[in-house]
Amino acid sequence: MGSKPRVGVFVCHCGENIAGSVDVAKLAEEAVGLEDVVFATDYEYMCSDPGQNKIVEAVDEEGLNGVVVAACSPSMHEETFRNVVEDSGLNRYRCEIANIREQCSWVHRNGGTSPTSKALKIIKGAVQKVKRNIPLEPVEMDHSDKCLVIGGGVSGIQAALDVAEAGNEVILVEKEPTIGGHMAQLSETFPTLDCSQCILTPKMVQVSRHPDIELMTYSEVREVSGFVGNYRVTIEKKPTYVDPDACNLCGDCEDVCPVEVSDEFDEGLSTRKAIHIPFSQAVPSSYTLDEDACLGLNPLCCTECSDACDADAVNYDESSQFVEEEVGAIVVATGYDLYPKEEMGEYGAGSYQDVVDGLEFERMLSATGPTGGEVRRPSDGEVPNNVVFIQCSGSRDPENHNPYCSKICCMYTAKHAKLYKESVPDGNAYVFYIDIRAGGKEYEEFIQEVQEEERVLYLKGKVSKLEEVDGSLRVTGVDQTIGEKVEIDADLVVLAQSIIPSDRAEEVSKQLNLNLGPNGFYKEAHPKLRPVESIGGGVFFAGAGQAPKDIPDSVSQGSGAAAKAMDLLAKPTLSQDPQVVEIDEERCSGCGLCLGQCPYGALELNSRGIAEVNEILCEGCGTCVSGCPSNSLSLKNQTDEQVNEVIKAYVGD
Amino acid sequence: MEFEPELVGFLCKWCSSAGADLAGVSRRQYPSNLVPVTVNCSGRVDASFILKAFKDGADGVLVSGCHPGDCHYTSGNYKAWRRVAMVKRALEEFGVNPSRLRLEWVSATEGDKFASVVEEFTGEIRELGPGPFNHD
Repeated sequence: MGSKPRVGVFVCHCGENIAGSVDVAKLAEEAVGLEDVVFATDYEYMCSDPGQNKIVEAVDEEGLNGVVVAACSPSMHEETFRNVVEDSGLNRYRCEIANIREQCSWVHRNGGTSPTSKALKIIKGAVQKVKRNIPLEPVEMDHSDKCLVIGGGVSGIQAALDVAEAGNEVILVEKEPTIGGHMAQLSETFPTLDCSQCILTPKMVQVSRHPDIELMTYSEVREVSGFVGNYRVTIEKKPTYVDPDACNLCGDCEDVCPVEVSDEFDEGLSTRKAIHIPFSQAVPSSYTLDEDACLGLNPLCCTECSDACDADAVNYDESSQFVEEEVGAIVVATGYDLYPKEEMGEYGAGSYQDVVDGLEFERMLSATGPTGGEVRRPSDGEVPNNVVFIQCSGSRDPENHNPYCSKICCMYTAKHAKLYKESVPDGNAYVFYIDIRAGGKEYEEFIQEVQEEERVLYLKGKVSKLEEVDGSLRVTGVDQTIGEKVEIDADLVVLAQSIIPSDRAEEVSKQLNLNLGPNGFYKEAHPKLRPVESIGGGVFFAGAGQAPKDIPDSVSQGSGAAAKAMDLLAKPTLSQDPQVVEIDEERCSGCGLCLGQCPYGALELNSRGIAEVNEILCEGCGTCVSGCPSNSLSLKNQTDEQVNEVIKAYVGD
Repeated sequence: MEFEPELVGFLCKWCSSAGADLAGVSRRQYPSNLVPVTVNCSGRVDASFILKAFKDGADGVLVSGCHPGDCHYTSGNYKAWRRVAMVKRALEEFGVNPSRLRLEWVSATEGDKFASVVEEFTGEIRELGPGPFNHD
């Protein structure tokens, strides 16, 4: 520290969060007795304005050159207190956080004196560390101005448009042949009953026409390297075998194609050809040849589509292209899937044709769907007169399925019941529910309206059994309101299947080093205060990949993620954490063992045969330091001496 | 008085320390015997830190990092894995029960696991009794 260390210790009560189980006054008292600690105090909320001022004043009045804040986790307020210390005129690395809340007071509430003595050890360790910290200046680096958006559902679309509107280039990558995501499949949207495609397709067109958005559909991110501001991304653009610029959507290819397969856009309720367009308003508006369904491209067995194409748009020689891009920020909007109904053993495990999930029912209601918007059941095309809707199918069931609430099902089931009644006015709709959760603008009013409809019966209770009896579906459940068993013979059953993260989430999380929560949704940096940021920074979340969400929430988060990405891209340079490795040239023998330890290739042997570190590439993990046989490497502000002194403070006294 | 083990836990910043934070946020109660040292990566845990902890009087040492394949720095946890195995062998040579050193993978979402690990480890070391250089 150059001059003699003068450390101040600031113990936060965090209301009762810390003070409730830790003797904060005693900590401050004991701290003053520690070597090199010249000042200590405790205060109710250290992060508040008066709390912060205490630090600023003490630095000035006591001539502190090191600050320990004993408070919550550094992930909460390390930045806050480093800023305070910087405002006091000290280097920001003269501040250390002693985590005595998350890792002490909150987890040892009934421990008598032990939480206080553990907290004191943590403070002692932080004092030992801070007095050996050296001032560091951030390493400034250039960054790419581009933003990558993964996923072209409504939240990804919103994020892409917002970032592009701000003048940054955007690459929007979508795995399907069209953007639009699940929203494009929906019929009407709650609570206003706007037609989903009518509000979505103009946005899709906007994306395709935007000069600053490069749209890559039928593409997937294959590899990501680099770090915040400078990611290097490899994207695979799969072959569509159709030139989108030449294709004029005449549909002649589709007419002659001899192969029919299940149509995924219609959730398998209709068929499509091997050469197809997902729906007529798809963006880009072009056909795609599904190579798995095609009779055979290699060797070429059938050339019907190419022969029929007057525009010469079909090209069987296309192959995957791998595009490399450099981007500064990434928005992850990989969205959701429905929990497969095959998982629902109690509801027939997908074996009954007339038991459909929410998205299948959307297609049945949609004017562009397989039945042209008329509700007709899949088995025989009859109009169903008794429809049972089962909410929370696979949700809120920790023993058998998913523990969480899927959030949107209460609303869309009400919408389904209403739309069904519009289609079949004298039909009966029965809705089984556990609770109605309609927190949202004008949501409760919508539910009320549906509940008051004639021949829509809401039954509070769970369905225990679903079986086929004499050609209809017998639904057995309990009506908790009257405490009786109910049996309904239904013509059609709609399961409000749980929302689960898209199957891409796991791969994307590995590629980008993201954390997934216990249910597979992306974990945000802070559940309340940083809900769109990833823990590592540079990657932002939009849409249902982070948690189940409805359309307005997905769009809001898309804009939120865009704002965060723009904030990052707008900076002229990014400052990189200066906590990197340094080399003691006198000691280094040039053995080169460290080179193999570094995952970033940040180390190399220079012309003198001595290890040299590239500060831009070094991420500061310190793995090489612990692997160096001659102790020639050290990690700034996490040196061997510092760690050893912390250990001594914990157990050596 | 019953023997209260003194334990040192080296936690990587990205996964295990975040997991320990989550245990806190979830108010999951566990014994206070282990005092955490947060390092950037489990790969930063020098073999000498572990030995130093024992030498200074620790009765047990925990090293906890991201799950294999999930390391924030790609591969530091694999290095930690090997180093811990090496130190365990060395401890055995010195006549120290190698189960006093424990390696765990705890992710940022495994608050409950972190608490269980500390609970279990504290119990085990309590059974084993004071460590090789316990000065008390």
